[in-house]
Amino acid sequence: MTLESITKTLSLKMITVDQNLSHEITGAYVSDLLSDVMANAKEGDLWVTLQGHPNIVAVATLKDLSGIVLVNNRQPEEETVRKANEEGIPIFSTDKPAFEVAGELYMLIKEK
Amino acid sequence: MTQEKTVTKTQELVYEMNVGKVMVTDLITVGPDDCMSDLQYLLRDKRISGIPVMEKERLVGLISIEDFIRCLVDGKMGSLVKEWMSSEVETLYDSDPLIHAVNKFDRWGYGRFPVVNRQTGKLVGIITKGDIVKGLLKKIEREYHRSENVPVQTDHFFQDVISNHAAIIFQYDVIGKDFDRAGETSSNLKKTLKKIGIPPAVARRIGIACYEAEMNIVIFTDGGELTARVNPQKIAIEVVDSGPGIPDIEEAMKLGYSTAPDFIRELGFGAGIGLSNIEKCSDDMHLESIIGKGTRLEFTVFLNRGKK
Repeated sequence: MTLESITKTLSLKMITVDQNLSHEITGAYVSDLLSDVMANAKEGDLWVTLQGHPNIVAVATLKDLSGIVLVNNRQPEEETVRKANEEGIPIFSTDKPAFEVAGELYMLIKEK
Repeated sequence: MTQEKTVTKTQELVYEMNVGKVMVTDLITVGPDDCMSDLQYLLRDKRISGIPVMEKERLVGLISIEDFIRCLVDGKMGSLVKEWMSSEVETLYDSDPLIHAVNKFDRWGYGRFPVVNRQTGKLVGIITKGDIVKGLLKKIEREYHRSENVPVQTDHFFQDVISNHAAIIFQYDVIGKDFDRAGETSSNLKKTLKKIGIPPAVARRIGIACYEAEMNIVIFTDGGELTARVNPQKIAIEVVDSGPGIPDIEEAMKLGYSTAPDFIRELGFGAGIGLSNIEKCSDDMHLESIIGKGTRLEFTVFLNRGKK
């Protein structure tokens, strides 16, 4: 399932500019610890977190993640959005908590 | 040499581009029953030399500045356009290659051709020799611009180097306590490594390990230096800072051990995973530290074999 159809199905709000949405998403990782994401997320994963500071973009770039979903209506800092647009990392927000987002993502991805 | 090349490129473009690309589309037209005296303002104000004559959306003729002058000489400015226009109009299709237009200008000696759409037969534009020149220049400029912006090909860097020993060194300053820019060094290094042809998987491992080292400098010290030495066999990273030092390295290496203050942990850092991440990503790691003096971390990733 592509990132674009996932964002539509889960009604995720797009915060960054419209780019890099055609990736096929085969996995996701839920964590707020950056080093944990560094250690355990897989290339291409969609990352679900509540951290909104600019460093999440560095982590996503270094791990080649497909995008970041901010939960509980968290808004990223301005600098985060700027960096994300520059690096081509899509960021989304949702008012749902991580548990629900993870559950929905799991169903979507496992169905495939 | 250069001139020869330009000519070839222009010739190529004349075959490649089509009439629709260079024609003018905001058309000025007149009707066959319009008065000749109306033309003088159009010709003068719009600075044009020929106007298509349209009747009910159909092209019925072309009236040029030459026709206008003939009419003026005869003193018949009160007469109608249809009496002076040429009704045998040579046209071009918008899908025609430019070379057709060039040939047609040569053959007929006209100053302009109306352009019609091949499918609908409708008038879609008009083309002059000037439009062709302008179109070609624009295209050449665009291509020139593109060729200037092509990045230098570096992805076979080491394959192209002939020597017994070759190494490239990248050095970065890491600023302490600057959480906004934290991670930039590792991102930049990873990008650079990819550019010189380091396999993405290796670049990613280096990126992750450097990120953790960079974060340690940002969180705990006032700054430091990260150096990457790249040769065809391996990438060796050295990260040095000048304090405060690690009291117990064995303890620090343990997964989950952290001395980070709460505000750092709230940001998602300081989980006590960093050093073991570095160890996991590298083939060889060495850490030494003196309290009050500083810390030196070295790790290596080998290029031509899998992880140990």
